[in-house]
Amino acid sequence: MTRHRWLVFSYFAALVALWEALARLGLWSPLVFPSPMAVGAYLVHALADGTLADATRVTCRRLFSGYILGLMFGAPAGLLTARFKIVQDTLGVIALGLQTLPSVCWVPLALLWFGQTETAMLFVVVMGTTWSVLIAVDAGVRNVPPIFARAARTMGSRGLHTWLKVILPAALPHVVAGMKQGWAFAWRSLMAAEIYVTILTGFGLGHLLHYGRELQAMDQVVGVMLVIILIGLLVDKLLFSPWERYLRRRWGLAL
Amino acid sequence: MICDSEEVAAKLTLQGVTKTYRAARGSVDALREVSLQITEGQFVCLVGPSGCGKTTLLNIVAGLDEPTGGNVLVDGCPIAGPGRDRMVMFQEPALFPWLNVLDNVLFGLRLKPNLGRRERREVAEFYLQLVGLQKFARADVHELSGGMKQRVALARALAPNPRVLLMDEPFAALDALTREQLYGDIQRIWKERRKTILFVTHNIREAACLGDRVLLFSAHPGQIREEFLIELPRPRDINSVHLAEHSARITRALKRHLTTETEAAA
Repeated sequence: MTRHRWLVFSYFAALVALWEALARLGLWSPLVFPSPMAVGAYLVHALADGTLADATRVTCRRLFSGYILGLMFGAPAGLLTARFKIVQDTLGVIALGLQTLPSVCWVPLALLWFGQTETAMLFVVVMGTTWSVLIAVDAGVRNVPPIFARAARTMGSRGLHTWLKVILPAALPHVVAGMKQGWAFAWRSLMAAEIYVTILTGFGLGHLLHYGRELQAMDQVVGVMLVIILIGLLVDKLLFSPWERYLRRRWGLAL
Repeated sequence: MICDSEEVAAKLTLQGVTKTYRAARGSVDALREVSLQITEGQFVCLVGPSGCGKTTLLNIVAGLDEPTGGNVLVDGCPIAGPGRDRMVMFQEPALFPWLNVLDNVLFGLRLKPNLGRRERREVAEFYLQLVGLQKFARADVHELSGGMKQRVALARALAPNPRVLLMDEPFAALDALTREQLYGDIQRIWKERRKTILFVTHNIREAACLGDRVLLFSAHPGQIREEFLIELPRPRDINSVHLAEHSARITRALKRHLTTETEAAA
C-alpha cells in the first residue's frame, strides 16, 4: 500500500476508534449513542436475514425509476426552454418556481392524490428530479458560446445537425452537472417520501430508518444511515466519476 | 454563369452593402454603401480602428449577418446565408473541445457531400500537415498552445477547400513571436492553395505584410476611405524596412481620416 492509502486508511480507522472510545466512556446511554460494534452487529444481522438487501433493492428500484423518468421529462424540456422563448416564459417560469419547493412538500399532495401507493412515492421523486434537471440543461445550453454554432454554420451545419453535433456536446459539462444535481434531489426526495409514507408494497431504507426510531433502536438508525451514505458514494463513483474523468481529459476542465 | 465550380478561387463582389442598426436615438450606419471587387486569388486586408464595421462586413460576406441593403456576389452569384465556398477563421479559434484535433478538421469535411471516409481522412491529414500539426492529430484541443489552436482553425477552414477565406483578426490574441511564424505560414499556404482572402485586422503593419491591397476603413458611417496597393515581393518579412514605409503611409492616412472625422463630429 502506498503512503497515501495508508494515511486515508488510518484516518478512517482513527475515526472509528474515537467513536468506540467515546461510546465506552459511558457518558451517554447506548440507547442514544450506540458503539460502532453495536452498529456493526446490527448491519451483520440485517444483512444475514435479508432485510437490508430487500430494503436496498426496493429503494434503488424506486430511486432509479423516478430518476430516469425525471431525466426523461427534465432534459428534453430543458432543451425546449433554451430553444424557444415561449416555452421559457411559460414552462420555464413554472420550473423555476417548483424547483424552489423542497420536494418533501410534495408528499401531502401525493398522498391525497395517489394514496399510500408506489405511485405516490414515484411522483415525489419525479417532482424532485425533473425541475432541477430542466433548469440545469437549460442553463447548460444557454452557456454554450455562440461562436461554436456560428463556426458550425460556416461549415455547412444547420438546424438539427447543429443541435446534435454542436450545442448538445458543447453543453455536456453542464448537462452532467445537472444530472448529478438531479440525482441528489431524487435521492433526498425519495428518503423524505419513504420516511413519511408508510406503504405495504415494499419497505425501503427510509422505512427501516423510520422503524428504527419507533423502536428506539439507535444501532439500526445509525446503521441504515451509513448504508444510505454508502449508496450515495457508490452512485457518485460509478455513475458520475467516469463522465467527469472524460470531461476533465477532453475539455481540460477542473470539475 | 458557373455558380458552383468548386476548387477554384472565386471573385468576390460587394455592391452597395449597407447595414443599419436601430439604436435608442435614431439609427446607426454600421456600413454605408460599401462596394468592393476582389479578383480571384487576391489577398485583401481590411484595416481600421475597432468599431468601424469591418467585422460586420466580414460577417455579411460570411452570410452570418444580413445586410440591410446591397449584395454580396461570389463569382457573380448572390450569396444566400453561410456556405462552404466561404470559410471563416475567427479571432478565437472556436475549436470544439469535445473533438480531438483531427475530428475538428473533419467536422466541415463530414458535411461535404461526395467524400468517402478515407478521402476525408486523407484531406484532413493533408491540411494538418500543411499547418505543421500532423503529429497532434490525436491531441485534445486544450493541450494546444494559442498559436497551435489557430493553426488547427486554419486547417479546419481550409479543409473543405473553400473558394474564399475570410479571416477576422485571427492573430490578434497571439504573442508577437507566434504571430510572426503565422505570417510566414499564411503567405506560404496562400501561395500553395491560391485562395481569395479577405483579412480583417486593426494592425496596419500586419495588413501591409499580408495584403496585395490594403483597404482603409473608418466608422460613422463605416466606409472604405482609401486603398493602398502593396507591391512588395513575397514572402514578406513583418520587420522589413520597405514594409515599414508602406505601413507608415497607411498610418498617416488613418490619422488624417480620424481627425477629419472628429472635426466633423464636433
